[in-house]
Amino acid sequence: MTDTVPDTTAPAKAPPREALLEVDHVTLRFGGVVALNDVDFTLYKGEILGLIGPNGAGKTTCFNAMTGVYTPTQGEIRFNGQRISGRARHKITQMGIARTFQNIRLFPEMTALENVMVGADAHHKTSVVSALFRLPRFWKEERSGRDRAHDLLRFVGIARPGELARNLSYGEQRRLEIARALATSPTLLCLDEPAAGFNPAEKDSLLQLIRKIRDTGITVLLIEHDMRLVMGVTDRIVVLEFGKKIAEGLPAEVRDNPAVVAAYLGVPTDAA
Amino acid sequence: MNAHIEKVRSRGASMRARWDSMPRQVRWVALLALIVFLYLLPNRWFYINLWYFRTMESDMATVLFETAFFVLLAVGLNVVVGFAGLLDLGYFGFFAVGAYTVALLTSPESRFDIGWPWLAAVPAAVAVTMISGVILGGPTLRLRGDYLAIVTLGFAEMIRLYASRNEGIANGQRGIPQIPHPVPDVKGSDGQSLFGVVDARPYYWLTLTIIIFVILGVRNLTRSRVGRAWVAIREDEDAAQIMGVPTFKYKLWAFAIGAAVGGLSGALFAGKQSFINSDSFQLTNSILVLAAVILGGAGNIYGAVIGAFITWYLPEWVRGIGGALGLEINVAEYRILIFGAVLIVMMIFRPQGILPNRRRAAEFADRRQEAAPTEAST
Repeated sequence: MTDTVPDTTAPAKAPPREALLEVDHVTLRFGGVVALNDVDFTLYKGEILGLIGPNGAGKTTCFNAMTGVYTPTQGEIRFNGQRISGRARHKITQMGIARTFQNIRLFPEMTALENVMVGADAHHKTSVVSALFRLPRFWKEERSGRDRAHDLLRFVGIARPGELARNLSYGEQRRLEIARALATSPTLLCLDEPAAGFNPAEKDSLLQLIRKIRDTGITVLLIEHDMRLVMGVTDRIVVLEFGKKIAEGLPAEVRDNPAVVAAYLGVPTDAA
Repeated sequence: MNAHIEKVRSRGASMRARWDSMPRQVRWVALLALIVFLYLLPNRWFYINLWYFRTMESDMATVLFETAFFVLLAVGLNVVVGFAGLLDLGYFGFFAVGAYTVALLTSPESRFDIGWPWLAAVPAAVAVTMISGVILGGPTLRLRGDYLAIVTLGFAEMIRLYASRNEGIANGQRGIPQIPHPVPDVKGSDGQSLFGVVDARPYYWLTLTIIIFVILGVRNLTRSRVGRAWVAIREDEDAAQIMGVPTFKYKLWAFAIGAAVGGLSGALFAGKQSFINSDSFQLTNSILVLAAVILGGAGNIYGAVIGAFITWYLPEWVRGIGGALGLEINVAEYRILIFGAVLIVMMIFRPQGILPNRRRAAEFADRRQEAAPTEAST
């Protein structure tokens, strides 16, 4: 598996060093099960960080802790220096963290455009009263939200904004989730296995898309099993196994790390 | 079998597409004509010519009033159940709260005996039901699905039982009589107050007018951030919240708005009947309104209207036809039975309802965008 990764895809520039998200010695227990055990890493502004590890390693749990679904048992997560544990989930989104889901969770009976507009609404202030009486703020925000949604759909490559989300193809649904997350104007975008079920061509275009997103100044956290994609797009990689961080570093370093090879890369991906 | 079901389902979609493809002006004219028709409908000189449409056994104007009133209830419940996806079985509880509020504020027989005019009591009734919606919703909207249904069901029964047992305020089973009719100052051509006992037409016109305003309001809300939040909550509550929707706030709004419309219906009911007691608020009515919403198409305003129309008007019409054929058809006895059968058939052939929730997917701007060639995007 590892020998398929060409060295040339490793990013040339040094990662920037301003901390955006700090996962500070986070432990998360569900009853007797320790899902995260003293996990500690930092995400720097403008980088693409890969989070990898075998199934059940705690990657998605880590995501959920960052987006406020779970509250850490110990330790804390800080975003831009502010503690996010214990805040309402929609408040965390408004702070600038957006995510996609491992199992697609769109609003199937809404159109692609409306799905994205829900994301754009995260920063809107239209109240029930101004929507009821169609006050100027309603028109202004509705127009700007609609324009933004159209722009984002074009950005991720969805050509039919009026189509119901459930009628979109699988690949389009995955990309629509990214557009919806981007609509919340995040500074950090968390992608949970965005390439699952993609063919090589789709993976390549996803890789381009993730780079494009980073180039707009958004920091990206990527959970992914596809090592070619992870090695190709990330600046740094954190490896989890059984809820513990076993390695962290540049893709090339991680790839040669004996612990990572033993835990993850060494075994065939099917079994991982 | 499945292919046939698909065919039946898609026929509705093509009708919808045809309606959408008509020019805006044509649609407005059609809508205006329908409204004029509805206003004319209760007049005898008008409906007498529509022998195939009118009810023959019962007074047309009364049936129309009841239907309109039922439509109003369905439009309100549709906000809660259809858009926000909150299964509220206690809707009639709010209806009762509205009716009792009006009764207590206006009737000389009430304990308070303050004798407000009906018109002044209506905003009070709406406010009180809205507040009761928030009070009930505050703790219970943390529940989901079936649990919410159970709690709201309990609420409606609580209101009804309280009204039937409480002697101090609600007068128990004796109820509250002498609730004044709406606006007594408005006189008809005969010098009598327009809103009397015999003629149901003014009540129908009043209800119809209220329905139009309520529909306009609900339509504005659903085509905004608020409606998107509701549908997002219905589709996937967790995902909605993670996308920045303050879900609790919007669920509470849906609940309060639904309750307010229910309270408004209650106020109308009290003004028309001039007498209420706890028997007016049976659980079956709650279920019937819900059935109407689901039949018509949850999440579509006009679907709810059509569903309510069918649920209330059709049985009366059938009774008339039966009478004309010399059959004695007791609608009240068979309504629920036939309704159950119709619902089962519906769920097989058209689970989304007669007029399904179709968010106005593409407005003109979107159509233009779709038609425009997109640059190579991937």
